[in-house]
Amino acid sequence: METSVYPAHNYLSNGHTLRSWLLTKDHKRIAVLYLISISAFFFLGGLFAVGIRLELTTPQGDLFQPDTYNKFFTLHGVIMVFLFLIPSVPAVLGNFLIPPMIGAKDLAFPRINLLSWYLYIIGGLFTLFAIVAGGVDTGWTFYTPYSATSSSSNVAPVALGVFIAGFSSILTGLNFIVTIHRMRAPGLHWFKLPLFVWAHYATSLIQVLGTPVIAITIVMLFVERAFGFGIFDPQRGGDPVLFQHLFWFYSHPAVYIMILPALGVISELVSTFSRKRIFGYSFVAFSSLAIAVFGFIVWAHHMFVAGISVYAAMVFSFLSFSVAIPSAVKVFNWAATMYRGSISFEAPMLYVYGFFGLFLIGGLTGLFLATLGTDIHLHDTYFVVAHFHYIMVGGAIMGYLGGLHFWWPKIFGRMYSEFWSRIAAILVFVGFNLTFFPQFLLGYLGMPRRYHMYPDEFQVLNVLSSAGASILGLGYLIPVIYFAWSLKYGEVAGNNPWGASGLEWRTQSPPLTENFTEVPTDIPEAYEYTPKVVREAKLV
Amino acid sequence: MSSVHVSPLSTYLSIFAALMVLSAITVGAAFVNLGSFNPVVALAIAVIKATLVILFFMHVKYSSRLTKITVVMSFFFVAILFAETFIDYATRGMPGDIPPPLR
Amino acid sequence: MSNGIAHAEGASPAHGHDHAHAHHPALQHHFDTMSQQREAGVLGMWVFLLTEVLFFGGLFFAYAIYRSWYYDAFAAASASIEILPGLINTVVLIGSSLTMALSVRAAQTNQRKATVNWLIATIILGTVFLGIKVYEYADKFAHNHVPGASFQFAHVPAPGEPHVEEPAAGHVTTMGHDEVERTTQIFFSLYFTMTGLHAIHMIVGIVILFIITWMAHKGRFDSEWHAPVEMTGLYWHFVDIVWIFLFPLLYLVERHN
Repeated sequence: METSVYPAHNYLSNGHTLRSWLLTKDHKRIAVLYLISISAFFFLGGLFAVGIRLELTTPQGDLFQPDTYNKFFTLHGVIMVFLFLIPSVPAVLGNFLIPPMIGAKDLAFPRINLLSWYLYIIGGLFTLFAIVAGGVDTGWTFYTPYSATSSSSNVAPVALGVFIAGFSSILTGLNFIVTIHRMRAPGLHWFKLPLFVWAHYATSLIQVLGTPVIAITIVMLFVERAFGFGIFDPQRGGDPVLFQHLFWFYSHPAVYIMILPALGVISELVSTFSRKRIFGYSFVAFSSLAIAVFGFIVWAHHMFVAGISVYAAMVFSFLSFSVAIPSAVKVFNWAATMYRGSISFEAPMLYVYGFFGLFLIGGLTGLFLATLGTDIHLHDTYFVVAHFHYIMVGGAIMGYLGGLHFWWPKIFGRMYSEFWSRIAAILVFVGFNLTFFPQFLLGYLGMPRRYHMYPDEFQVLNVLSSAGASILGLGYLIPVIYFAWSLKYGEVAGNNPWGASGLEWRTQSPPLTENFTEVPTDIPEAYEYTPKVVREAKLV
Repeated sequence: MSSVHVSPLSTYLSIFAALMVLSAITVGAAFVNLGSFNPVVALAIAVIKATLVILFFMHVKYSSRLTKITVVMSFFFVAILFAETFIDYATRGMPGDIPPPLR
Repeated sequence: MSNGIAHAEGASPAHGHDHAHAHHPALQHHFDTMSQQREAGVLGMWVFLLTEVLFFGGLFFAYAIYRSWYYDAFAAASASIEILPGLINTVVLIGSSLTMALSVRAAQTNQRKATVNWLIATIILGTVFLGIKVYEYADKFAHNHVPGASFQFAHVPAPGEPHVEEPAAGHVTTMGHDEVERTTQIFFSLYFTMTGLHAIHMIVGIVILFIITWMAHKGRFDSEWHAPVEMTGLYWHFVDIVWIFLFPLLYLVERHN
């Protein structure tokens, strides 16, 4: 392999002023803007997690005031859900990659893309303001009547922040839907698209259908809090459970917004690092759509003990089992892809291996919670906390990090340290399991969530969890260092350092502002790993 | 060159006239005691009016299949919200419900 | 698409092969043809309207639940609202949908002046609607029907309507007087939230209409490119449709007593 030269003209060199970045219409620059801002919010949300784990190292509530602890878990949840997980893969990787993957010069609406970023920032600023003004203690779920009436904390600014950030999410989804429908290169029909694109299309459907409902719910909460209206107020005949129905109608599909794009990343990584076409392409593509649709009909499994009728609970419990099926379809197809493929152990693929085990455990424990009888005992315990962290961290974040490590050479034209990236991946996997597996046991044994103190017999498991959190934190910090280092000192990547298929790997790294000098015309089937391609790849 | 369908003036005027008539009927029907059919009639007329606006003023009748699917999908998902939640509200307090709710 | 090769649905023709004319001045750099740009814009507006259906849908849903729980309170509260301003507003708003549709038609047929005039008519009608809304809101404030600390509801009979405390013929009242008084706040909370949100959408729409009218006046639209007018029209018709549902649900719950 010849040594590559870093291309002099690329989207990063095309303008060095602040204005050229803050008023950019280039989807790639917007993706980088998102990368910087969501990373900042990730570490802020992580700080609140540090506070939680520090408090929980001892059984007594001796580190913080109880109200302070409530604010910590609330803000950890709000920041991680709305300001990190929901945008992460779509806003960074989706924004960057969807146009080149479909042979387009940009998204359909570049200015709306920039507006999305600004809305995200404004939403984030409202949340920061609420933090500085003293925090919010309602839990990220903002249940009424506490959030509407009794809480003396800064509910209104956080509600506004989430509302505004929600529009960022809606506009991103809208942009992707129109782009994928109307801007594919000639000859690129749907079943030639990378599964990454299918995953983002399905995610975008959820974003545009679901987010407006939480938006209106926040409006109703806001008018109740700010103007004294009475939509959820029990004293005036309102039903707090109505808030929960409206809240979870979005917030359950929201978890699929958080995981589906990562599943799209996994498809790309599995195929590339097995040097094999994805097994059952159509099944995986349709499973993304199925997850999107089924995700909308199961929301009240979050409300089994809230006061809904037991008949409704049975219906929602039964439907919730169906959602596991398309996810399982994906896992089987990925396994079949890797079987008799030529698998390897680069950093992106290490995240994939970690993902498989963790997503599997997270998904299966979801079935325990979908089962009405067991959920009565497990609801609001640490079992739930462990379940969703296995999916959101073990699944979504592993997918995001794997994708970031895979496409970093394309985005910045530089390779990072292979050694340190593998160390970080291993630390994340070990740290994660040590943090969250004990929490399954704690929940099963009865430790409630959102409590700052607990009976003495739970201390050992809590200490293990807090210890794991420090390893996990280290695993997240190390990439910051080697990624930053790579920008200046990393080996030049060249067009296709991994020998991957996909239109984005045909262009230079970093790409030109307009992505392609000529729109590609001879687009092959997806994941075309012929022996010739594999031979020419860097690592074989 | 645009290949978009141009509706004749008469189409718009007759749809407008129909909407006016339907609005008058809505108000008139409200003053007649139809028992539990009052809301049904009111909603049915509103749906007809909305359909006319969608098909003719918004040109959906002459639009692509994708547009038609988008319109249907939006109402379909609102319908999911209504229907599945009604399962809860309609069965609260029914025999066998655990525990008996306040309302 | 004119080069005779079958295309994948939605894909654009290859750049540079089949241009029979120079680039239209409004063509943005990332699109290949005006047709693709228009289709993207119109689809984008439809997807946005899909989000708006879900947005308002949540409010209609809350309304449906509470109307089924507190029918008598809803009936009493609705009966206290004057029908005439609401009916006039309905006529005005549907009329503005007509003028909006006619302005799109004028743009499609290259009639610049007519496009501008119909747009101005739409703005005027929209403003009339908002003016009447101001009158209605002022009336509510005066009667202390705004939810919150100062809320007070005593059923106000319309002129000529007998003051009814006992149930009307054929209708069984299940709610006591105090409960009606208490729960009418929910009706008015929903009334103000729904009509207020609708009014905000109208204000935004009027602002957009001003911009589009100015662009039309400057000759930026022709039969080949008028997608912004079309898209504005779609938005405006949607706002009309929301009102088509709001009017009977808020003003006409029960009027036959």
